[in-house]
Amino acid sequence: MSSEFSGFPPDGLSRPSRRRFVQGLAAGGAIASLGLWPRAVWALKSPNQPTLIAGRDFDLRIGETAVNFTGRARSAITVNGSLPAPTLRWRQGDRVQLRVSNALPPGSIHGHETSIHWHGIVLPANMDGVPGMSFNGIHHGDTYQYRFDVRQAGTYWYHSHSGFQEQAGLYGALIIDPIEPEPFRYDRDYVVLLSDWTDLDPAALFARLKKMPGYDNIHQRTVADLVRDTRRNGLTATLADRKMWGAMRMTPTDLSDVDASTYTYLINGTTSLGNWTGLFHSGEKIRLRFINGASMTYFDVRIPGLKMTVVAVDGQYVHPVSVDEFRMAVAEVFDVIVEPSGQDAFSIFAQDMGRTGYVSATLATREGLRAPIPALDPRPILTMADMGMAGMSSGHDMANMDRGSHDMTAMPGMDMSGMDMSKMQPDGATQAHPPGEASNPLVDMQAMAPMPRLDDPGIGLRDNGRRVLSYSMLKSLFDDPDGRDPGRDVELHLTGHMERFAWSFNGEKFSDAEPLRFNYGERLRIILVNDTMMTHPIHLHGMWSDLEDANGDFQVRKHTIDMPPGTMRSYRVRADALGRWAYHCHLLYHMEAGMMREVRVEE
Amino acid sequence: MNVLSAYLKKHAAMLAAAMSLAFCAMASAQEMDHSKMHMPMTMPMPAKPAPAKKPAAKPPRTAAAATTPKRSAPAHAVKRTETATTPIDDGSMPGMDHSTMDHAVMDHDDMTMPMPMDHDAMPGMNHSQTPAEATPSKAAEKPPSIPAPTDADRAAAFPQIVHHAMNDDGIHSYTLFNRFEAWNADHGSGLTWEGQAWIGTDLDKLWLRSEGERSDGITDVADLEVLYGRSKSRWWDVLAGLRHDFRPGTSQDWLAFGVQGVAPYKIEVRATAYLGSSGRTAARIETEYELLLSNRLILQPMIELNFAGRQDARRGIGSGLSTAEFGLRLRYEITRQFAPYIGIVRERAFAGTADFRRAAGNDSNDTRFVVGLRFWF
Repeated sequence: MSSEFSGFPPDGLSRPSRRRFVQGLAAGGAIASLGLWPRAVWALKSPNQPTLIAGRDFDLRIGETAVNFTGRARSAITVNGSLPAPTLRWRQGDRVQLRVSNALPPGSIHGHETSIHWHGIVLPANMDGVPGMSFNGIHHGDTYQYRFDVRQAGTYWYHSHSGFQEQAGLYGALIIDPIEPEPFRYDRDYVVLLSDWTDLDPAALFARLKKMPGYDNIHQRTVADLVRDTRRNGLTATLADRKMWGAMRMTPTDLSDVDASTYTYLINGTTSLGNWTGLFHSGEKIRLRFINGASMTYFDVRIPGLKMTVVAVDGQYVHPVSVDEFRMAVAEVFDVIVEPSGQDAFSIFAQDMGRTGYVSATLATREGLRAPIPALDPRPILTMADMGMAGMSSGHDMANMDRGSHDMTAMPGMDMSGMDMSKMQPDGATQAHPPGEASNPLVDMQAMAPMPRLDDPGIGLRDNGRRVLSYSMLKSLFDDPDGRDPGRDVELHLTGHMERFAWSFNGEKFSDAEPLRFNYGERLRIILVNDTMMTHPIHLHGMWSDLEDANGDFQVRKHTIDMPPGTMRSYRVRADALGRWAYHCHLLYHMEAGMMREVRVEE
Repeated sequence: MNVLSAYLKKHAAMLAAAMSLAFCAMASAQEMDHSKMHMPMTMPMPAKPAPAKKPAAKPPRTAAAATTPKRSAPAHAVKRTETATTPIDDGSMPGMDHSTMDHAVMDHDDMTMPMPMDHDAMPGMNHSQTPAEATPSKAAEKPPSIPAPTDADRAAAFPQIVHHAMNDDGIHSYTLFNRFEAWNADHGSGLTWEGQAWIGTDLDKLWLRSEGERSDGITDVADLEVLYGRSKSRWWDVLAGLRHDFRPGTSQDWLAFGVQGVAPYKIEVRATAYLGSSGRTAARIETEYELLLSNRLILQPMIELNFAGRQDARRGIGSGLSTAEFGLRLRYEITRQFAPYIGIVRERAFAGTADFRRAAGNDSNDTRFVVGLRFWF
């Protein structure tokens, strides 16, 4: 706890205390500069602001704290009593030391063991915080000492890797200040940490998903939709569409397993009602560090009236790109710069991918202001093309229909603007699949014609009149840091079964699968193929995921790669970290259901 | 539960026999699974390949780059190009010509084309071993600036870990009272139930199923099935176990073998064959569908067919198709887990069964109005 209010580095740099920040903002937020570091005002203002702890030496105490987001009191897992966990501020080049103690009460519903994983941080395997791989977890009453050199800079986050604790509140932001000046300037700096909260015991939510995976799928197409679609598209096309979905035993409204009918969405641990507010002076440049710390929720983020310039992704600088909106896969991090002016308040609006709910916050010139909150966008409907099933064409019984009806652009919600039909295999060549997927009761579909679709902003975001970020717009500010061509390919298919809520790679759950073995020092390519109808954020611990463009060249360095249904994407990995590393879908319940592998880097 | 435990005590031996049967089935099923699991993955990953040789083993991407102009080939072209470099041309492969394929016999469970399309299974298709190498790899040009690990690095990389299983194959359970209803017909009123429960993992489950009917205070029909179920394919489970009939007549036991799963359009299907004492046989087929009038108002048509291998005069059952029941229930899901409903059920007896009913002074057909609850936990 010593670091919370006075934990400054002993090297004499003027590192202002939290108290000082608060005072500064109380005086109008007008602190322009406090020496070399930090350059911008670290804008802490209201009780809603996450606690900030800066320094090299940290004491983090994991315990239970009562919270109330919905009108019902619940017990959350917190770090030093805070949800989200305190924002930790490190400096590149420092050796940080973090003593993490487990103060969970005996008999806690969240388990007796805990852990912290530093998401996206390159460090020795025994500091990575994954129980069963990097260490044995932190048991009740114990303290684990994390100690490692901070070799990178940027915005990251940290969270529990034990059971469902991440869902129950154990997540926080990590800010690492760079040694070299950043390639952009700003006057103010805010963390915007998005998350999803449920009053349910997360283990009970998991059990519910096993009993009825479609529990939250409450906007399924009904008889009325059948009549409407028939009127709009004709009976043949409508029946053909229903036939395809019927054959797959799936529903096109199934965008996320858990949505706002279960969740309350939070920004910096605050509901829309609580209205987290970041203050600004007109004309200032504000850096917003967006972190998706949700367990299961993809957020589409925008600030009506403001352009957002994306300057870093997953902590790594990118060529600045100006957008109106971006989609955040779970665990992704986007640093954006906005220049609010002309009005006193702007809404930060984050709706979930399925358009079932949102969370909003405010950027304002003073406390208590609000800007209009936009309505939720229309709910999108998955198409066969979205699922990589566009190859179900000519003559295939399942798509027994003419070319005209196969071209589903005429159908409602069948927006395929992000897709280039010409890229699909004209000869009907079909994606090959691992033999283990064949007649595997854990695999309910296989993509026929998956594509990278890096230029696709994603379902529900195409042609919405706004400039929406897609992966193809993200280019690292640096060349391929390794430079070598990958020595080999590792192809993995994302697999699952919606009705059993079973998730896996190549049809094998974590507990049934052998580790993936990488050779220390090698450069390899991972090719992912999504054989499910869900979108999955795939995260490799310990090493960077260098996403490749459509030509197979290095494009952008990330720690979490979004894999929408129907996609095949590839990225390069430099196996420069010995040890056992977790490699998994960052949807918490998918990981817990088995969509995880151990990657073992050995000499 | 009292009924169940009494039953279990009484029939312990038979249950044991059925369970051993079930576990035999499980064992063989698992064997099969293991053989599947140990099949090579798409990309073989040798335990310790020499890094220097690696680049040579990786052709597809470079081959693609060499044969297609930059900025025009999507990444997936890699695979296609690779396909083209193999001796087998897709177009000439048997079964690849979609226009001549008999799609009616294809397994539509597998959305991909079956067998012949499995590139991985074809010789020379193994991605990591495709011999093409169009451009020299950069790997040799720039040696990695990766430090040689020290002993301290090694110790940090592989700490001693107590085995820590992830709970991705945990035991879950589900209990559904699909029908729990009061009915009213011309000849009286009564209660009917139909429910099922499972406990187990994604693939292995113990099932309990029960159906029964009481009219005017007397239990006419009641049975309980205890089955081991194993998921064998994408949509189907196979089951084996026991059925005990408490009524009609004196109690009797059956060995039960069945399948259940989800047919296209999400039609739920259960089909079970029964083998009783002294060569008696029976079968039951049930199908159900859920038609969404809204996301809460759901119409559930249901058909149940019962067959008997031979006549059972004591219980009033004729051979062949004995009864068919058509139900139409309209429920309103107040919550997902709790839904009251109303419905109409028409039951019809056929052939010998109808004769028995008429002889007993009853109608062979019966129409009932029902009010009930569907709930699960």
